[in-house]
Amino acid sequence: MVGQRAVPPAIGPRHAAGGRYRLRYRGDFRGGRYIFSDLKEVLAKASPARSGDDLAGLSADSEAQRVVARAVLADVPLTRFLEEPLIPYEVDEVTRLICDSHDGAAFAPLAHLTVGGLRDWLLDGATDEAMLSAAAPGLTPEMVAAVSKLMRNQDLIAVARKTRVVTSFRNTIGLAGRLSTRLQPNHPSDDPQGIAAAIFDGLLYGVGDAVIGINPATDNVPGALALLHMLDELRELYAIPTQSCVLTHVTNSLELMRRGAPVDLVFQSIAGSEAANRGFGVDLSLLAEARDAALAQERGTVGQNVMYFETGQGAALSADAHHGLDQQTMEARAYGVARAFSPLLVNTVVGFIGPEYLYDGKQIIRAGLEDHFCGKLLGVPMGCDICYTNHAEADQDDMDNLMVLLGVAGCNFLICVPGSDDVMLSYQSLSYHDALYLRGTLGLRAAPEFEVWLEKMGVLDGDGSIRALADPARLTRLIEHRGPLA
Amino acid sequence: MKRTPDDPSGPTTADLWDRLRCTTPARIGLGRVGHALPLGEVLDFQLAHARARDAVHGVLDRDALGQALAPLPIVMVESAAADRAIYLRRPDLGRQLSPASARMLAELAPQDDPWDVLFVLGDGLSPGAVETRGPALVKAAIGELAGLSIGPVILAHQARVALGDPVGEALRARICVMIVGERPGLSVADSLGIYLTLAPRSGRRDSERNCISNIHDAGGLSCEEAARKLGWLVREALRRGLSGVGLKEEASLASPTVADLPPSSRPTP
Repeated sequence: MVGQRAVPPAIGPRHAAGGRYRLRYRGDFRGGRYIFSDLKEVLAKASPARSGDDLAGLSADSEAQRVVARAVLADVPLTRFLEEPLIPYEVDEVTRLICDSHDGAAFAPLAHLTVGGLRDWLLDGATDEAMLSAAAPGLTPEMVAAVSKLMRNQDLIAVARKTRVVTSFRNTIGLAGRLSTRLQPNHPSDDPQGIAAAIFDGLLYGVGDAVIGINPATDNVPGALALLHMLDELRELYAIPTQSCVLTHVTNSLELMRRGAPVDLVFQSIAGSEAANRGFGVDLSLLAEARDAALAQERGTVGQNVMYFETGQGAALSADAHHGLDQQTMEARAYGVARAFSPLLVNTVVGFIGPEYLYDGKQIIRAGLEDHFCGKLLGVPMGCDICYTNHAEADQDDMDNLMVLLGVAGCNFLICVPGSDDVMLSYQSLSYHDALYLRGTLGLRAAPEFEVWLEKMGVLDGDGSIRALADPARLTRLIEHRGPLA
Repeated sequence: MKRTPDDPSGPTTADLWDRLRCTTPARIGLGRVGHALPLGEVLDFQLAHARARDAVHGVLDRDALGQALAPLPIVMVESAAADRAIYLRRPDLGRQLSPASARMLAELAPQDDPWDVLFVLGDGLSPGAVETRGPALVKAAIGELAGLSIGPVILAHQARVALGDPVGEALRARICVMIVGERPGLSVADSLGIYLTLAPRSGRRDSERNCISNIHDAGGLSCEEAARKLGWLVREALRRGLSGVGLKEEASLASPTVADLPPSSRPTP
């Protein structure tokens, strides 16, 4: 497959580690020899360059070593990942989840493959959507992270494009030819009128079918309660076939449900290790408890996917909970957590964390494509917050590039804020206009139930495009109908 | 720049957007050209981003800062991040002193009574914010701390919040007050934050600090308001012997004026 002599598993001295044998990995490539002490190191050094791996001291020492690490990785059998957990089973509940839920029957058709062989199988024209869906439970996050490191951006797009993960609550998200959006109407002081105004603006652009989701400025139960009631009244009043969410901590959502608040989706930030999740104040049992509580609300009309997760490369390292793994492999493990809870929505907040993890537009774009690919391959309904902060080497042009690439890759949903400017979290994401552009340019449509509603409200034309402006009289009524909007 | 709504034809619609815009600083009702933003809005956004970028990459003029602080004594230190590019990639280095600065501070440490309060002015992610209102903030804060001993003002290059820990530790201060330029946003590029740490030493966690953020003159806290909050926090931290989450929880009962910590739905970048 590659013109190298890579000598993986069955060679090298053995070291007892965590009760298991560790193998050395050696690569000879055009006269240079490189030794990698374990699978973790091969994965980290095979990763495309990014500042977070530099910060963690895990990156390849040279560009040549990076390529040799890829050659070595290509010849690692997939079964190796089942035999050598990168974070020991004994110390980490995410590893236990990944191992215990691994579907041997789904893995069987791929069990003979190496990582490089998996790449070829994924890209093979004969491998179709049904085969990819069937394989998902047999793939572990580490296998998926590994194969992504052998794939160029176009490969990540090509494979993600033929993978679909469809979920539903009050509408259906992730169908072919569709692109949903989260309407993010954040306000620096959680003012209900200001939030309602931003929602109103977004709905006129056809935004909000994935979720209308607020990051509260003040994260507490009374504040979230007020916002949830406002969102729910608005949704009920106009019979909008979408779901709402206040992105508060999972323990707050549990308390809100106990108080009878209209909680559609339970949100939580998650990461790829038990220790990193502890940094977010959660564990798997707490997430399961919250999911059970949300299911008991029986608020979904089309389906019952009730969880919403956000992730992002670098989260585990920033909590010093990465166990020496590269940040992209840790991120894939977060999707291993997510898929255990059948979420409606999962998105990577790809450029939010800052330049010490993803330095510039190139690194943000690469990470966005990796995250989407890995999530989809694992069966996670993957979306993206295409974004950047003001201290990163990135701007709107980089975001334009990534949104088109993810649009082509069949991303489930993207986050949109008014004018790209989140005035509460102080970072830049996509705008409502960007959603319009992307749907128009790539011929993508909103979730079917939401699209019908947009037509009924006069926002959409008969041919599916957004009207220059819907009937002003109707809009005025919409605004003046109720308190928060008046 | 004036923002025009989708359709300027009806006064109803225009009035409506004017009214809605009063409710939020968010960029709503921008109108569009095809699928794109009107050019005025594009340039407005680009200017805000450009100002934020310029703010991040500015250089702290410590000589001017020293003059503005006069007659207060000043000491200049460097973090272990040699330049801006390293600083942005290596937050760990921005939290450590350069070897030369560490040696110099060790010689400056008071032999007898330690200072109650040590101010550190760090460039952070907005050096301009420190130049603009750092001296006024320090002087207003000292005015709130009558009766306490104050060390020389430390001016720190390529500094992260936690650089105050080794500085305070080297000078054996009882409290370190780190004043640092906050990450610029599109609406405000020159905002300051204050981080108070009792018994500073390397390895302190963020949960052991109290934060007063958003100190700027575009609708944020004024230097005087921030100084009053800080004065209260310093005295309470000394009296109760703690800073951070514990003090915040007690303080929120005792005084509603104490700033909340940042929201927790996403990790802080």
